[in-house]
Amino acid sequence: MNTSALLSVAWGALRQNAMRSLLTMLGVIIGVAAVITSMAIGTGARAAVAAQLERLGSNLIVVVPGSIVSGGVQLGLGARQSLTLDDATAIARTVPEIAAVAPQANTNAQVVSGNQNWYTSVVGSTPAWPAVSNWSIAQGRFFNGGEVRQAAKVTILGNTVATNLFPGGGAVGRTVIVKNVPFRVVGVLASKGQSGFGRDQDDQVVVPVTSLQMRLTGQRWISSIQISAQSPEAVDSVVSSTQALLRLRHHLTVQAPDDFSVRNIANIQQAASETSRIQSLLLAAVAAVSLIVGGIGIMNIMLVSVTERTREIGVRMAVGAKERHILLQFLVEAMTLSCVGGVIGVGLGMGASFITSHLAGWQVIVSTVSIVVSFVFSALIGIIFGFYPARRASLLNPIEALRHE
Amino acid sequence: MDAKGTDLAIIQTRALAKAYRMGEVEVAALNGVSVTVQRGEFVSVMGQSGSGKSTFMNLLGCLDRPTSGTYHLEGHDVSRLTSDQLAEIRNRSIGFVFQGFNLLAKMTAVQNVELPMLYAGVAPAERRRRARAALASVGLDRRMEHRPAEMSGGQQQRVAIARALAGEPAMILADEPTGNLDSASSNEIMEIFRDLNSRRGITIVTVTHEPDVAAWTQRTIVFRDGRVAGEA
Repeated sequence: MNTSALLSVAWGALRQNAMRSLLTMLGVIIGVAAVITSMAIGTGARAAVAAQLERLGSNLIVVVPGSIVSGGVQLGLGARQSLTLDDATAIARTVPEIAAVAPQANTNAQVVSGNQNWYTSVVGSTPAWPAVSNWSIAQGRFFNGGEVRQAAKVTILGNTVATNLFPGGGAVGRTVIVKNVPFRVVGVLASKGQSGFGRDQDDQVVVPVTSLQMRLTGQRWISSIQISAQSPEAVDSVVSSTQALLRLRHHLTVQAPDDFSVRNIANIQQAASETSRIQSLLLAAVAAVSLIVGGIGIMNIMLVSVTERTREIGVRMAVGAKERHILLQFLVEAMTLSCVGGVIGVGLGMGASFITSHLAGWQVIVSTVSIVVSFVFSALIGIIFGFYPARRASLLNPIEALRHE
Repeated sequence: MDAKGTDLAIIQTRALAKAYRMGEVEVAALNGVSVTVQRGEFVSVMGQSGSGKSTFMNLLGCLDRPTSGTYHLEGHDVSRLTSDQLAEIRNRSIGFVFQGFNLLAKMTAVQNVELPMLYAGVAPAERRRRARAALASVGLDRRMEHRPAEMSGGQQQRVAIARALAGEPAMILADEPTGNLDSASSNEIMEIFRDLNSRRGITIVTVTHEPDVAAWTQRTIVFRDGRVAGEA
């Protein structure tokens, strides 16, 4: 008895009870569709997070001041005033395998132009800033090294600030007042939109760090140093060299803790992808459970079918069917149920993924792996849960089977 | 037993016995049956229910194994074979005709007749050709694509005979083949059997409780209490 004969016998038997077959398949259909959809959403979310972090630059390292203890109260990272512009310069000069270093000092201020004004954050940095923080210039230019040395009164507006202060456009060349200091707008940043954490990244203005320190805040402390390593592989050594250099510069004794903190994006990236990996594992586990429930449904209906067709089995045995013929017949039937269910489930899952991405606006990726895995899994379900009923059928006594009413 | 007897005997049982366990008690359904059927014979088996004739037929049909004794079919001892080996013998050497026809309801006449050849591994085209020929030989040329439910009892039993013939068996075992039929259909069926026996030399053993049916056969074996009580 060859494969096509087996398949046609199985198909005929299933079509005989089309409604029942469909209901039996439903468990597998839902299970597979759930696997496909959850994997697609999980993969999509992971890719979205990865892309977002990629935009920050995977070589990025950030140095922030350490926490401060005031009367036993920890004020948290960044509260301490420990980093200076000279630290940034020293890092740039001595730590190897560095592509660029951009110190950053921050304040908040009301920015005024004519009768328009906007409260925003003011970033002070150096010409390395756009490259290190992955910004591009939409109009005009960024400030240069000379302007930093002179503490020039020039600024680059974020997109949100530019549209609010100059609704008609044409910001470049105009003047804005920040804390009573007039700054000439030399450029506008390209829009980045919201960050992964919901903050409007375009709501800021950038000035030379020296201008910020001397003209706006009068502080010599800076709030962070952003370092871009030459390659992802260099990140670890840059982190440790930076750490050693800063401890030296800050005259820390061996026992003293760091008064700063060095973080790298790769760590954050890892943590984020780990989280979403666990999420999709959980989803897949839930889906696997529903597949198993579907398998039990198949086993149940196959047992019913074997009982109903005992006489048929007896006739087949009488005319010469061997144990394996009967076993194979019912096994193929169970597998046909689960595989057809699997195919329908894959289609339904892809449809559901597509609709989800369309309606919710999520990035959804249906991977070939998830299709292959869930299909193979559903075929296995058919074999595993079909085996017991098929085995029972094949072990029937032909005489009793023939006598069965 | 002489060489000639071995050659001609298609069925030869020696002290064939079958016991069933009913809980703690062993019930002897068959108790030392020695029967020889020569090739080309047309034999009927009679007896009251519980006489052991059904058990005997099950053993002859290789559907069951004896508790003790031997059964030689076409000269080969088949009393100790595995169930798969028995299936192969049923497929190759024995055609069954049952009282209740036992056709598969979802299949057409041709498909039913093809069934034994399906398990024998005959190629599809050859299968179909032989099935059609077998149906034609029992006068069902015009019922090839009908399902059992669309046929009369007599026609269904003729499909069953065609199915038994399709595997070109050495013998046909019939179990009350006319039990569910009216007398006209019964005569039709018995006529077919007699033709198969006389023209094609097929050995036929049929169980019956009707003397009318037994009258068609050349020899009658009567069972009582698990033994052969006599021959006529």
